Amino acid sequence: MKSITKQKPFDEVEMLIEKFNRIYLIGCGTCATMTKTGGINEVRDLKKALQSRGKLITGCIVIPTACDEMTAEMVKENEKAVQDAQCIIVMACALGVQRVNSSWPKPVIPALDTLFIGMEESPGQFFEACDQCGQCILGETAGICPLTACHKGLLNGPCGGTNNGKCEVDPEKDCAFTLIYERLKEQDRLDLLRKYHPPKNYHVMPRPKRTVLLLERGS
Amino acid sequence: MTTRFRQALNSGKFVITSEIGPPKGTNLEKMYQHIDLLKDKVDALNVTDHQSSVMRFPSMGGCLAVLENGGEPVLQMTCRDRNRIALQGDLLLAYSKGIKNVLCLTGDAVPVGDHRAAKGIFDLDSVQLLHLIRRLEGGTDFGGNELLGSVEFCTGATVTPEAIPLEPQLFKFEKKVDAGAEFFQTQAVYDLEKFTGFMQYARQFPVKILAGIVLLSSARMARYMTAHVPGINVPQNLIDELAQAPKGGALQKGIEIAGRMIATLKKESICDGVHIMAINREEAVPDILVAAGLPV
Repeated sequence: MKSITKQKPFDEVEMLIEKFNRIYLIGCGTCATMTKTGGINEVRDLKKALQSRGKLITGCIVIPTACDEMTAEMVKENEKAVQDAQCIIVMACALGVQRVNSSWPKPVIPALDTLFIGMEESPGQFFEACDQCGQCILGETAGICPLTACHKGLLNGPCGGTNNGKCEVDPEKDCAFTLIYERLKEQDRLDLLRKYHPPKNYHVMPRPKRTVLLLERGS
Repeated sequence: MTTRFRQALNSGKFVITSEIGPPKGTNLEKMYQHIDLLKDKVDALNVTDHQSSVMRFPSMGGCLAVLENGGEPVLQMTCRDRNRIALQGDLLLAYSKGIKNVLCLTGDAVPVGDHRAAKGIFDLDSVQLLHLIRRLEGGTDFGGNELLGSVEFCTGATVTPEAIPLEPQLFKFEKKVDAGAEFFQTQAVYDLEKFTGFMQYARQFPVKILAGIVLLSSARMARYMTAHVPGINVPQNLIDELAQAPKGGALQKGIEIAGRMIATLKKESICDGVHIMAINREEAVPDILVAAGLPV
């Protein structure tokens, strides 16, 4: 699982930090490094850009995995530089931003937009694989998720916009139901495409979603 | 209860429907003119539901205007803009006002329209919407709660007989039949040979099929539709025919082509009727009927 991000336009970041002159910068060594949006190089570039606009960078760090609980410790270890800053810019996905936000009382500013939870198909190519709907139907759809692979998230087959195996929204995109159809055909399981799927329960777990893991098995 | 349209469908006659595209705005003059022009020439008039995801005067409002003028409306209802709560509410409203024919559609994708940043709802799809209507007719809503006064609709759906690949479309067509669709108004048909093949398959189901006839207004439009509109493939001979029309005569040629196709479909009893879509040229529909040799 990877959190896929893109950098916000610099103007937007500048607008968000308009009132702050002393800034601490945090990058992430995992997903944002892989997507080249918040790794060492990108943190360095943003630092330079901000300095050229007269901002003082009190310090910067690339946390191995910004979303995990170690982030609070890392922030503490750099307490002086963080304390010195008026705000923290986080070059990580929204999980990293929220982790920092919960471990430090100062304003936290995201420098990235989080696009989706995705997988890498080939180097640098990512696709959205799961909508985390709480009701997995991959067992009936040849392992291809129509909620994410179909623009409309349809369950009962292709819409009229399907076009030679492509999607009406973007001719570069595959029609999910053509993929599902071809795969099921290969598997000799086309009967699955004839099955009626009733409307989804969009509140398998109502928002805000939370869960408590059972860490110990009962006897 | 039966609707005038359902009676026409079951009468054995060759059924003619057409459609009204409501305006973007509140000046309804032209829409009323079109309704007035067509209401007595067709068995029912569909009213489109923000067609191509372009915001317009709503389908429900257009259907009320058709009723006011003594016409028989078909409410086009997409799942794009409403969740299951809003869809049910609108169905209750439609029924209470006398709108009793519904065409169930999934709806075009939001980004093809003029509000590209809007949220596409798609809480239900077209098959689920058909099921929902049958559930309401049984006296309960989709949550299983009893209705105080229920509904009864003549329901229809669409199918794309020229989609590639075709088989997944046919599976969905059968799901729509199972869900209670009584009639189908197809996506545009131009290749009668292919369509006849589809009809040989479709005849095994107890539903009425109206072939979609989209008026071609020029060779350019025909080429554009073939290149950009999914499921539409205008054969080269028709494009050539339009291109060879005398200057200013392409629309007339398009009317002639549409009329010829309708006449063939009727004469050879290929399907149960036609649904004429003269997008933005509703005033050409009577000419198409004349060209088809149908009474106007």
